[in-house]
Amino acid sequence: MSARTTTGEPEPRAAAGPRALASLLDSPRWLGVLMIGPAVLYIVLVVGLPFVLAILYAFSGVTMGSRTIEFVGLKNFINVLGTAKFQTSLRNTFVFAIVAQVLVMVLGTVLAIALLKDFRGKWLVRLLILLPWVAPISLGTIGWLWILDSTYSVINWTLEALGLIRADGWLMWLGVPYLAMGSVIAIHVWRILPLATVILLGGLTSIPHDIHDAAQVDGASFGRHLFQITLPLIRPIMLVAGLFGLVFAFTDMIVIFVLTRGGPYDTTQVLASLAFFTGIQAGDLAEGAAIALFLFPLLLAVAVAFLRVARRAEVT
Amino acid sequence: MAVPPALRRATARGGHLGLIGLFTLFSAFPFYWMLITTFKRTSDLLKRTNNPFIYNEPPTLENLRVLFFDTLYVRWLGNTLFVGVLVVFVTLLLAVPAGYALARLTGRWGEQLGIGIFLTYLVPSTLLFIPMSRLIGDLGLQDSLWSLVLVYPSFTIPFCTWLLMGFFKAIPRDLEEAAMIDGHSRFGAFVKVVIPISLAGILTAIIFTLTLVMQEFVYALTFITAARNYTVSVGVPTFLVHGDVYFWGSLMAGCFIASVPVAVLYNFFVDRFISGFTVGAIK
Repeated sequence: MSARTTTGEPEPRAAAGPRALASLLDSPRWLGVLMIGPAVLYIVLVVGLPFVLAILYAFSGVTMGSRTIEFVGLKNFINVLGTAKFQTSLRNTFVFAIVAQVLVMVLGTVLAIALLKDFRGKWLVRLLILLPWVAPISLGTIGWLWILDSTYSVINWTLEALGLIRADGWLMWLGVPYLAMGSVIAIHVWRILPLATVILLGGLTSIPHDIHDAAQVDGASFGRHLFQITLPLIRPIMLVAGLFGLVFAFTDMIVIFVLTRGGPYDTTQVLASLAFFTGIQAGDLAEGAAIALFLFPLLLAVAVAFLRVARRAEVT
Repeated sequence: MAVPPALRRATARGGHLGLIGLFTLFSAFPFYWMLITTFKRTSDLLKRTNNPFIYNEPPTLENLRVLFFDTLYVRWLGNTLFVGVLVVFVTLLLAVPAGYALARLTGRWGEQLGIGIFLTYLVPSTLLFIPMSRLIGDLGLQDSLWSLVLVYPSFTIPFCTWLLMGFFKAIPRDLEEAAMIDGHSRFGAFVKVVIPISLAGILTAIIFTLTLVMQEFVYALTFITAARNYTVSVGVPTFLVHGDVYFWGSLMAGCFIASVPVAVLYNFFVDRFISGFTVGAIK
């Protein structure tokens, strides 16, 4: 598409061919469609199509080897729902996502408020705090794999040096059910905390100074100031941070894949990792798709909530 | 009993710094640990009674030598760069015009469409990877880096479109209108005037696309099977960890090298990232 057709000379509309193109390129309506069309088409093909297939697969008997799709109704869902593995994974998903996200929001708010004040070396602190979010998740998590190693864990060494545990009492951070869940939650928090913090910090810095000054003049205590002025003002942005975090927590499998592979005894297995092991490693595409589809209602809820926040912000 | 104000201020200050110190320690410790481990001898690492915080034996570069010469690490970095550059190309080609259209041309329905595009960024790979793996197989792209080049724009385009839309909205309309009065078409004004002054925004989009490509794990794990075709985020955890022996020194070196330089670069752009996340949703 030539951008030069109508450019240059003072009397541009000369020939008939270029004129049609020119009017197309000048009409905001058509130019808009032309410019956004390719992106929309790409997304429809690479996100929309697999998404529809994901739903179709869940109702079919498709496997890695089979060439056709034959429909089996709700069979996959019934099969899946009946297994203890799935029930455990479903419960774990909720425990993992909700506990992690509550921690992220509380810690993120505390950290964001602490970072609001200026101090020396703030840029360095910010860089270090951002590291877990920016570094490839799988690689950061391997760092933890070494820190939590069953034989050489630096945490155990330190606890022993402090006299808190004995040499034969080293904790198996990733090998004991509750401890393993605690570890994967902690590491997920570690990774998402920077994102929540910077989003919340963005919200906090956008509050006009006069509001804080007015509260100070009125003699509001720290607690009152925080709970009745600051937090209500950043509520919409907290919602955004919370919703994004929830989506990441519910759908992520990387931390769990690298640290525990769902073990010990599926006590850290979540829907996303179970879908991977069933659908890809075991080759049962249909059942894997059915498991993954349980993530969908949740995503829908988050999308609706997000749209409502967006609309409310637009109105006010 | 009254506490002197100076003391109270000092306590508050100490508490504030202590709090920040704790958070920083939590965030940065694994990377510090990677760095320390990189230069440790294996015999030093694998003795439980050794103090792990210090070098009980002299530091060594052996782990780095192994990483660079005895593993496929360099190849994985190259693969990642190859995919990254191509994905950046595809993303810019589609997201720059789309972002401009949403900012200027499409009006009301464009706003809805923009939110719709952004929401596709939230559709997780864990929902799509199963049908995707078969589509990739049908296209004959199994175990090929081109499968990643094809699929990664599915999340980089939505994100960058949204980000660039914010940039284009901030450009004064007068600039384009002046160009149009000078005889440029609307599209001509976009190419000649808007793009040159949006280079900062486009650079931001490039950085984010590259980091998203580096971080991606699930698709690469699903589509790629041969060790030499891995990207760095999958190659290190699957190939280096699941050998019989853990080479912790080389492993930590591989993690550190692929994490920290990008993070430092990214730090310069993070404010734009935040506005990318919240623009439109929050005013």
